Amino acid sequence: MNTIATVKIAVNALSINKMRSSLTMLGIIIGVAAVIAMISVGSGARAQISKEIASLGSNLLMVWPGTATSGGLRMGFGTTPTLTSDDAKAIAAEVSSVSFVAPVLNGTAQVVYGNQNWSTIVTGTTSNFFELREWPVVSGKVFTQRDVDGATKVALLGQTVVENLFGNEDPLGNIIRIKKIPFKIVGVLARKGQSPIGQDQDDSIYIPLTTAQKRLFGTRFPGMVRMIITKASSPDMIKNAEADITALLRQRHHIMAGKEDDFSVRNLTEMLSTAEQAAKIMSILLGSIASVSLIVGGIGIMNIMLVSVTERTREIGIRMAVGARARDILMQFLIEAVVLAIIGGGIGIGVGAMGSWLISYFAGWEIDISLFAILLAFGFSAITGIFFGFYPARKASRMAPVECLRYE
Amino acid sequence: MTGLIDTSDLTKVYKMGDVDFTALQGVSLAIKKGEFVAVMGPSGSGKSTFMNIIGCLDTPTSGKYLLDKQDVSDLSKNDLAAIRNKKIGFVFQSFNLLSKTSALENVELPLLYNGSPSKIRREQSVSALRLVGLEERKNHRPNQLSGGQQQRVAIARALVNNPSLILADEPTGNLDSQTSIELMTLFKKLNKENNITIVMVTHEADIAAYGDRRIYFKDGRIVKDDKR
Ligand SMILES: Nc1ncnc2c1ncn2[C@@H]1O[C@H](COP(=O)(O)OP(=O)(O)O)[C@@H](O)[C@H]1O
Ligand SMILES: [Mg+2]
Repeated sequence: MNTIATVKIAVNALSINKMRSSLTMLGIIIGVAAVIAMISVGSGARAQISKEIASLGSNLLMVWPGTATSGGLRMGFGTTPTLTSDDAKAIAAEVSSVSFVAPVLNGTAQVVYGNQNWSTIVTGTTSNFFELREWPVVSGKVFTQRDVDGATKVALLGQTVVENLFGNEDPLGNIIRIKKIPFKIVGVLARKGQSPIGQDQDDSIYIPLTTAQKRLFGTRFPGMVRMIITKASSPDMIKNAEADITALLRQRHHIMAGKEDDFSVRNLTEMLSTAEQAAKIMSILLGSIASVSLIVGGIGIMNIMLVSVTERTREIGIRMAVGARARDILMQFLIEAVVLAIIGGGIGIGVGAMGSWLISYFAGWEIDISLFAILLAFGFSAITGIFFGFYPARKASRMAPVECLRYE
Repeated sequence: MTGLIDTSDLTKVYKMGDVDFTALQGVSLAIKKGEFVAVMGPSGSGKSTFMNIIGCLDTPTSGKYLLDKQDVSDLSKNDLAAIRNKKIGFVFQSFNLLSKTSALENVELPLLYNGSPSKIRREQSVSALRLVGLEERKNHRPNQLSGGQQQRVAIARALVNNPSLILADEPTGNLDSQTSIELMTLFKKLNKENNITIVMVTHEADIAAYGDRRIYFKDGRIVKDDKR
């Protein structure tokens, strides 16, 4: 018996019980939709993350003060004033595996221009910072080492600050007041977008480190910084740099062997791989939904096919009486199961594509619906149909013709 | 006339739990090509069991069965299916048509299983329907046809592959007497004009009278064989 005729018979048989057929497909539809969503969201998220890594700059190491255990209390990052500008200078001078060093001291401050005011994060740092973050200016220029040495009152603005204080006006050369202290604007930074933790990186002002220390966020610890950002000279050097910085700072802070560090060094690439891990977990989650519903859908198909074989016992007997071989009956029911699974798979692909599109629309993620994903989903549904359709089909094919014809 | 069916000492034992039930206790019978045989006997005497065995739907427990000089007692299931397809046409008391399928597609069914191309399938099915006088009803489904018409469709299906043998197990059991007579006229015509061998089970003497030969079953044995 030829395949086209068999497929026709299968489609006819399925269309007799439309409601039942559609309900049976549901599991496959959900499973395949999850496969499509898994692949498109997964590859989209990976693309997003690598873009974020690029926006932060590569090979970065962050040094924070703290994590010293004092009296059983673990203190949070940045609460103990143990990191200074001198530490940063020492790292720059003595650690050869590091190519850039930028100490940072930041805080929130009210900024006023004319009758506009805006609350933003003001960061004191050195000119290295902008090279290290690969963050150029779009107008004006970055402040220099001379500004840092002289603690001059100059500022670089991020795009969000410009929009909120100046609107369409050119900010260059104007004076703003940060905590009532006048600063001259020497440059505007390029748009940087969101950080991996969802912060608007353009909502920021940068000033020389010394100015921040002396004028804005002064404490009783002169020279204190909140963080030192360093860049390893190459990806291979990240581990070396981490060890060298740790050794140097332990020596400078007179920490005896066996005692804990009073600072911590974090590798940014490592932190981002955590984000990548999260995307992977999302994929695994969708993958498990996919496999569970494909299995459940398959069992549904098997169940309905078993019912169908019993209901159509007489039909099987008639077909055998006029010359159908066991193989013909097997193929008829197997193809029926596969057609059911494949139609379900086709609908599932549509639903999955629509779902992925909605995720991308509302979550702002990129998605990537590939031909590979579609073929994979199709293959999965066909395999599910064959796997779960085989047992009922074989059962049908093994029935004795006389028994089938006697069946009421 | 040459022999078509030749059985010797056929037995059939049904196992029902611990007890065995012998439905056929040694049936030996020869039927020649072109005969029209009526099989009679009380209910439960083994008529259907015998028909199923000579129709290759079932196999005997012991004994020998030659169909067209070929020993079919020990053929594989696939070979039996091929024989049913090519040599035998069945007509049942309950018609046994596929209910959601048109008359034409019902008649085509045997041709689906011997790989006939769709054009041939169509032509042969239409001419089989014409032979039973139902060509213009070919797109009707069984529930749109009367009992007599449904049985004619079943006969067309039995004829479509040009079989040498038609086996009819109480073909008029569900039909009124007028329709039964029409059906017997058709059988008679197929037997005489197309030289098709017919073996037919019936309870009714006036229906059995259409046959050339009457065989009586009782308790799984042939008790009487009336040749005209
Ligand atoms: N599959 C079966 N299992 C057990 N007993 C059967 C089976 N088929 C038929 N029989 C028994 O065999 C006997 C003959 O049956 P059957 O050939 O159908 O009689 P009939 O002459 O009425 O057509 C009956 O007593 C019936 O109950
Ligand atoms: Mg009977």
